Parts: sequence; C-alpha cells; structure tokens
Amino acid sequence: MVDVALQSEAAVLSAAASRAKALDRLRLGDRIFRLLTRAAALAVLAILGGVMVSLFIGSVPALREFGFSFLIEQRWNPVTEKFGALAPIYGTLVTSFIAMLIAVPVGLMIAMFLTELCPMWLRRPIGIAIELLAGVPSIIYGIWGLFVFAPFLQETLQPFLISTLGNVPIVSPLFEGPPYGIGVLTASLILAIMVLPFITSISRDVFEAVPPVLKEAAYGVGCTTWEVVRYVVLPYTRVGVIGGVMLGLGRALGETMAVTFVIGNAHKVSASILAPGTTISATIANEFTEAVGALYTSSLIALGLILFFITFVVLAIARYMLLRIERRIG
Amino acid sequence: MAASSLYAGRRRRNIIAMSLSLAATAFGLGWLVLILGVLLWEGFSGLSLQVFTQDTPPPGSAGGLLNPIIGSLMLTGLAVIIGTPIGILAGTYMAEYGRYDRLTSVVRFINDILLSAPSIVVGLFIYEVMVYPMGHFSGYAGSVALAVIVMPVVVRTTEDMLILVPNQLREAAAAIGLPRAFIIGRVCYRAAKAGMITGVLLAVARISGETAPLLFTALNNQFRSWNLDAPMASLPVVIFQFALSPYKDWQKLAWTGALIITFTVLALSIAARALSSRK
Repeated sequence: MVDVALQSEAAVLSAAASRAKALDRLRLGDRIFRLLTRAAALAVLAILGGVMVSLFIGSVPALREFGFSFLIEQRWNPVTEKFGALAPIYGTLVTSFIAMLIAVPVGLMIAMFLTELCPMWLRRPIGIAIELLAGVPSIIYGIWGLFVFAPFLQETLQPFLISTLGNVPIVSPLFEGPPYGIGVLTASLILAIMVLPFITSISRDVFEAVPPVLKEAAYGVGCTTWEVVRYVVLPYTRVGVIGGVMLGLGRALGETMAVTFVIGNAHKVSASILAPGTTISATIANEFTEAVGALYTSSLIALGLILFFITFVVLAIARYMLLRIERRIG
Repeated sequence: MAASSLYAGRRRRNIIAMSLSLAATAFGLGWLVLILGVLLWEGFSGLSLQVFTQDTPPPGSAGGLLNPIIGSLMLTGLAVIIGTPIGILAGTYMAEYGRYDRLTSVVRFINDILLSAPSIVVGLFIYEVMVYPMGHFSGYAGSVALAVIVMPVVVRTTEDMLILVPNQLREAAAAIGLPRAFIIGRVCYRAAKAGMITGVLLAVARISGETAPLLFTALNNQFRSWNLDAPMASLPVVIFQFALSPYKDWQKLAWTGALIITFTVLALSIAARALSSRK
C-alpha cells in the first residue's frame, strides 16, 4: 500500500517535471518565434537604411568632385568626366508634372463616374479593368510607346501642335522644333496613362468612404450630382485625394522603363516639350552598365540618390495624407 | 424667370460634368483596349512552339525565348523564396506581437514607402552591396533585388489579413493553453491563408515584369544558363534589349515576350482576385 502510494507520488512528480520541461520548451520556442518576427520587422527598416547609406557612400566621389554644382550644371560628358545632373532632374520633374496635369483631372472624373453615375452592375467590371491597367508592367507601356504611340504622335498630334500652338506668342517656345516622335511630351503622355489607374483607384476608394448621410442630405436639398461631388464629396475627401495624387506622382517620378524607351536620352534642357530629353531613371538605366571609370559610376549613383530623396519626400507626404483621412473615416 | 434660368444653368453644368466623366472613363478604358489589342496583334503573330523551345538567336536568324524564360522563372522563384518568409514574419510581428507598438507604426510607414519606391534605386542598392563586392553580375544579385520588391508587398498583405482574424479565435486558442507561437501558426495563419497567398501572387505579378532592378544585377546572357552565380537572362531585360535593337526579328521576339509577360501578370492578378474574393 505504502509502496503504491510512493510510486504514484513519484510518477506524479516525474510527470510534473516532464510537463514543466515541455512547457519550458514551448516557452523557448515562443520566444524564438517572437524574436524572429521582430528581426524581420527590423529588416524592413534595415533595407531602407541600407538603400540610403549605400547610395550615399556610392555617390561620395561624385559629390566631392563636383560639390553643389552637380545639381545645377547641365554638362554630362563621359569623355572629359564632367557631370551635372540638371538635365535629368529637369526632365524628371517636367515629365511628371505634365503627366499629373493630365492624369489628375481624368482620374478624378473616372472616380466620380464610378461612385456616382455608373450603374451598380457595371461598377465592378470597370473597377477591375482599371486595376488591371495598373498591373500591366511598365516595360509593356515602353515597347508600346516606342513602336505604336511615338510614330502616331509624330504624324498627328505633334505636327498639329506645331502648326497651331507653335504660332501663339507666349507658348510657342514650348512647341518648337521638328516632330521627333520620341521626346518629353511622349514620355509625359505614357506616364499619364500609367499613373491614371493609381489615382483613379485611390480616389474611388476615398470617395466611397464618404458617409452616405452627407450625400443624401445634399441630394435632399436639391443639389445636382455635380454639386454633390464638388461641394460635399471633394471637400470631405480632399486630404485623401491629395494623398492619392502624391502616390501617383511618386510612381511617375521613379518610373524607368516606360520612359527610357521614348524619352530620347538627350542630356539637354530644352524649352520645347517636343524635344528629346532625359530623366534620372532613364539616364541610369541607359548608361549604368556602360559606365567606365569610378567618377562616371559614382555620378550615376548620385543621380539615384537624388531620385530616392525626391520620391521619399513625395511618398512620405502621400502616406501622411492618406493616414490622416484613414483616421478621420476610422 | 431668374430662378428658372439659375436652375437651367445648374442642370447644364451638371450635364457637362457628367458627360466629361463618362468621356474620361471611356478614355481610360480605351487605353487598356488599345494596349492589349496591339499586344495581341503583334505578339500572337510571332507566337509559336519555337518560342518556348529555342534560345535567343543572334540577329538575323530564327530563335525563341527559352533561356530568358528559364532565367525569369529561376530569378522569380528564388526571389519569392527569399522575400516571402521575411515578409510574412515581419507582417506577423506587426499584426500579432506589436500591434500597438511604436516600432510597428514606423515599420508600416517605411514599408509603404518601400512599396512604391523606384525599383531602379533598388537595383543600384543591390549593385552596391552585392555586385560590386562580388566583382561580377549574377543571378543571385538579381534575385535579391527582386526579393527587396517582393517583401513589402507580402508584409502589407500579411499584416492586413492577420488583423482581420477575429480576436475570439486567438482567445479560444489561448484558453486551451496554446502558446502564442502556436496560436499564430495553427490558428491565425490558417484563418488568413487565402489572403496571404493572394499577397504572394500579387508580389509575383509585380516582379515578373520588373526590368529596372535586373539591368545591373542579373544583367543578361545570350546563352542558356542554370548557374545563378553568373549573369542570367530574363524576359523583361531581353525585351528591353531586343525592342531597342534595329533588327526586325528581334523586335518581333520582343513583342512576343511582352505578350507572355502581360498574360502571366494578368493571370496572376486575376487568380489573386478570385482567391481573395472567395471567403
């Protein structure tokens, strides 16, 4: 009897011990998993930090050689190793600006159509089609732009612009020169087509987030659809729309392949939007593998650093704006 | 009189705005039709079995796209293998362990920026940290560059999907004594599986057309190569090279490659959409 009691006590003890051991193992596994996930989260930060640091280190030789003049000089001469980033920076900003000038109003109009006008059964298919347009890889836009769009522009839109706006006193410098087909205008139009789906889908999302009560109240006092959009929806979603526009701008600024095909890669700042130009990303894509000499490579990396800096600021503003409207809508 | 003309003016303005929005939609969809139409037209005429069975030709002779297709599959596969686990773990931390942490909001912000950062900058980064120290272009470098693009997409969808998992599930699992890691692995991941796979599919769709980060990491290769430690061909880079060449048959192959990529991407995003809408 006593023996049995002792035995069972021992069994209980050893069971308790093995249980404690098993629990310890689980606890250890738990801790390791938690550490792993935390390390992965930190890796995201490390990558962004790594991008900044590596680009900065890579561009030190160029920045030391040229200093501030790198930003304001137009020359780009691999033979004499004199580099300045003005033409690519100018091209990047101008193409993105023209692209946004077209894509923002069109995108907002499509978003308005999708949220206010479109019959219910058609909303999903059109929404999906617009999002598919966003998924088409940029190289497709590039090859299409080079073989189809540029020749088309060369024969139709560009001669038309030259013969009409080219004679209007103030704007005529914008449309000077022969119709090359490829150039700043073509790149801008392709960019506009590319960022259109981004702007559309974000504005549609924020438009849909407007509380129906507000719209119903406006319709109730007799507003037309346009007045509801103009005086209720747009003011309510302004921050979100700006966020979406900035997000599209971030895309346009950094877009590489679509632009590289059709910009013409000329390191020149010209007033005419019909002339060939270049952008930061197109310059890097075209010249990086062929760059000989440390200074040339370093100048291209410095261009990358400038691009990263510009897009970082734009995207940070975009995210901040979108975060604000998310909080408001809740 | 005055009131009725005011009303007429408002109606007119409304009609103008509405027709403009209709026109804008037609304009937007028109591009999709136009681009896909030309792509089908140009791409299909060059599509044949040869494209999938022969390597890229020298200019002037016939050939296919086999070596860039192999390259693209290998680069994409390795990129997913590298990028997905890190992305899922990071997303797990953000949704499960540190949902209300300061670290999580910082990581979310940075991740969103990485999500839309210019991909060519990623290429430069990998060139600096891998290609330059190793002394040569390689498939590994290309894969890592693509993995840097995969990761933010996966982080984002994993976090979003895990947050949607109802807390009652976690509480029930905790109540029967499961440790946290098991709750996440056996309960939350299962509940969020469809959404997480969607994220990976979207990431694959995103990188299968990426050209810029491969230009100076994986570079290109005229020949069939299974060696990830050497320069490697990929469809987008070959399209870039062939489209800008003066040779007609290369340009033709570029169109065919573009068709293959576009349909891969569209199929992946439609699959992802079907998966996420099925609840």
